[in-house]
Amino acid sequence: MYTSFNRLSDDLKSGKITAIDVVKHYLKEIEKKKHLNAFLEVFTDDALAQAAVIDKKINEGSAGKLAGMVIGIKDNICYKGHKVSGASKILEGFESLYHATVVDRLLKEDAIIIGRLNCDEFAMGGSNENSAYGNALNPIQEDKVPGGSSGGSAVAVTAGLCIATLGSDTGGSIRQPASFCGNVGLKPTYGRVSRWGLLAYASSFDQIGPFANSVEDIALLMEVIAGKDDKDNTASHQAIEQYTQFDTTKKYKIGVPKDLLSGEGIDKEVFSFYTSFIDDLKSKGHEVEEFSFPYFDYMVPTYYILTTAEASSNLARYDGAHYGYRSPNATDIESTYVLSRSEGFGEEVKRRIMLGTYVLSAGYYDAYYSKAQKVRRVLKEKTEEVLQKVDFILTPTTPTTAFKIGENISDPVSMYLQDIFTVYANLVGCPAISLPLGNHSNGLPFGMQIMGKHFAEKEILSFSKSLDNAS
Amino acid sequence: MSSIYDKYEAVIGLEVHAQLQTKSKAYSSDKNEYGATPNTNVSVVSLGHPGTLPMMNKESIRFAVKMGLACKSDITEDMIFARKNYFYADLPKGYQITQDKTPICTGGSVEIKDENGEVKHINITRIHLEEDAGKSIHDLDPYNTLIDLNRAGVPLIEIVSEPDIKSSQEAYNYLQEIRKLVRYLDICDGNMEEGSLRCDANVSVRLKGSNELGQRTETKNMNSMRNVQKAIEYEIKRQIDLIEAGEQIHMETRTFDVATGTTKSMRSKEQAHDYRYFPEPDLQPLKVSQEYVGKVKEQMPPLPKELFEKYTSSLSLSDYDANVLTETKEIALYFEEVIKSTENYKAAANWVTVNIKSFLNEQAIEIDDFSVNPKTIAEIIDLIDENKISNSVASQKIFPLIAKGSDQSPIKIAEENNWIQNSDSDAITTYVEQALSKFPDKVEEYKSGKKGLLGLFMGEVMKISGGKADPKAASAKLREILD
Repeated sequence: MYTSFNRLSDDLKSGKITAIDVVKHYLKEIEKKKHLNAFLEVFTDDALAQAAVIDKKINEGSAGKLAGMVIGIKDNICYKGHKVSGASKILEGFESLYHATVVDRLLKEDAIIIGRLNCDEFAMGGSNENSAYGNALNPIQEDKVPGGSSGGSAVAVTAGLCIATLGSDTGGSIRQPASFCGNVGLKPTYGRVSRWGLLAYASSFDQIGPFANSVEDIALLMEVIAGKDDKDNTASHQAIEQYTQFDTTKKYKIGVPKDLLSGEGIDKEVFSFYTSFIDDLKSKGHEVEEFSFPYFDYMVPTYYILTTAEASSNLARYDGAHYGYRSPNATDIESTYVLSRSEGFGEEVKRRIMLGTYVLSAGYYDAYYSKAQKVRRVLKEKTEEVLQKVDFILTPTTPTTAFKIGENISDPVSMYLQDIFTVYANLVGCPAISLPLGNHSNGLPFGMQIMGKHFAEKEILSFSKSLDNAS
Repeated sequence: MSSIYDKYEAVIGLEVHAQLQTKSKAYSSDKNEYGATPNTNVSVVSLGHPGTLPMMNKESIRFAVKMGLACKSDITEDMIFARKNYFYADLPKGYQITQDKTPICTGGSVEIKDENGEVKHINITRIHLEEDAGKSIHDLDPYNTLIDLNRAGVPLIEIVSEPDIKSSQEAYNYLQEIRKLVRYLDICDGNMEEGSLRCDANVSVRLKGSNELGQRTETKNMNSMRNVQKAIEYEIKRQIDLIEAGEQIHMETRTFDVATGTTKSMRSKEQAHDYRYFPEPDLQPLKVSQEYVGKVKEQMPPLPKELFEKYTSSLSLSDYDANVLTETKEIALYFEEVIKSTENYKAAANWVTVNIKSFLNEQAIEIDDFSVNPKTIAEIIDLIDENKISNSVASQKIFPLIAKGSDQSPIKIAEENNWIQNSDSDAITTYVEQALSKFPDKVEEYKSGKKGLLGLFMGEVMKISGGKADPKAASAKLREILD
């Protein structure tokens, strides 16, 4: 079948295939690979009905630019009239009354939304093991995690369950699973894509972004979903660019943080690929500049203080009083809160709410939250300085390939350290992409991460495309 | 005899919440309206549904700036919003969007009258923007608490005063001034019964002359200005009694009980919320430029204090008249229109504060529903000043006709009804002679010293003339003949 949208789109237009055929194909694939647990729900009837409408539009020549693109969305993105749960028991049965802006924009361009995808509960996790509905499996080696939190989104693309997917990325939740499953995942600049309709985890970090098998599809999706939105006060008003107009000839200045060059804490093969990849870039005429950035040790702690603080507040609305799960044992308002939240949230979510509540508490605020805010400010300033000298900062996406299911689940700290390279982009708000360039001798893929200046999606995608061509 | 209470003085600070009457809510396009069917002005934002985000309502910023300008506060140029976190059933997001470290206005003051009628300034600590919570209704259903989220997200300003208030009367005067201001500014209807204006009182007492502050309590739930006064009075007495009995005052939140006129403990300091304020990540920092503030300043309506000063100094009106005229913006604006067309300010003030006000009272209507053009009132005043009509004809005959909707001009009405005052001396002489001829006995009495009878003769002259005789001229003629 089709691994990218370009050819499919041509065939749809020429009538070689219909949108209904495409949907039916993916429905069959989803059914066949049900055990991967990528989808929490398949919108079979809606997808078929929409495909019929789109076939008609294609015939009439009035179809949008994503006509026939079959897309899955992470289960933290609202689709009117459809369930959305954040893979949490606390939102079991909850149906959204409105479209997320990204969904609205996809539908306007005639994409077909085929279902909602598994993820870590409220996007908290890096293995998909925190889903209340069981973890998704890595389609390359099924005893491995697919990564997270957007695990289902990565699995669906790699396993050919749809053409592209949307995920969300707060500290690596798109790029890490893209790296683990071997596809392309982009976290846009903070504010590039509207967050209206995205279940908030950490509002100043969260961004919606696409997964696909090709850089072209990522670029095409970005043209549709990005841009200002009156419903999101933090969405940028800066005009979006034509991301699909790639300039693959340009030579760039690539920044490499010296501090990573000892290879400490990075899988040997991942590291040696990284260094040879750097040499490769040089040989292709790109300039590589090493720079000192002695702040990596501060990133994960800063990230966890700030994101949990925001999460503790963002998740307060799930209280059993208004919608979603209410404990059957509740007898009054106090027990409604305590029991509904204790029973409705999973362990990791509760851990983060506790941590976030703690760092915001009177007497601890200055020592934790306030200090982390300062570190974040320093990181932003220092990164801006670096990005004045170089176009991109290149690191591996993840220090290792996908790990075994269950391997890290009881050790949150080592799980958190998986995020070392990815949290950086969210802390400073920069766009970053993971490209599936590495193949480990253990049979698993891994990604290289390219982070650019704010709103430099077009350069990142052009550069990525040039690497794609070469491989 | 001096009582123990005289040894103490109270230190009072008020936190006043004023609901802003913007068209839509603070962070959504939901309608901001009082009294709608429960849970009808609620979109997914007001309901706090997953994935929703706040949108900034610029109108509420403008309203807050207006209040700041009226209090001569500093307007903050760069501000951020904050979340105040707590669980409550009528707070669907689990937090309120408010301002913590960067309130929109800081400093400034409100001028009030103290207990002796002297001018006093109550300093303002800060004015910040926040959103209202919904309403929990406990008395409609015997088993359940019902929630109405129409109010959730309605914009508020909280005006926090310094502890400059020294008595319940001052607190009352301060609140009255705040209410006058928000009404003049047209940013809040100031209705305490409906909760669009709410007040929490921080009260402590100390021995007179002491510089140390006593332990304070915060009292809530007072739904009228009189209740605020009563609650503070009670609280002052309660605290003094405790101190005199050698007991301690605890820092706590208390609630006012209307039925008993007392306050009782709601929660102690130990039970106090830790609101875990932190910057609201869903709203970008907001810049209020000097230029913007300048524009708002240009649109400011006249304020009661400015008008009061104008009336008492350049118009030479009494404090009493100026007070009555500035009581509400509507009355003041009406008066302003009248004095555009007449220079007899004293008469204009009388007409507005006496004739028009009593007509409004009789009809139980507001000045907005009073249909007489202010120019017409000025015309009446001028006719009196020109001696064309008498004061009594004007107020007792012409004004009622006009107030009830006659669209004829005052002069026309006077002419048609033959009410034009006659000051022609022949006519007056005739009236006077006719009148005196009716009471020969009384004339004798008058001549022998009963000067008080002059009124009787005047009355008769007016009766005979049908009210048209110029009273001044008639009285002069009477004296001329009699004395």
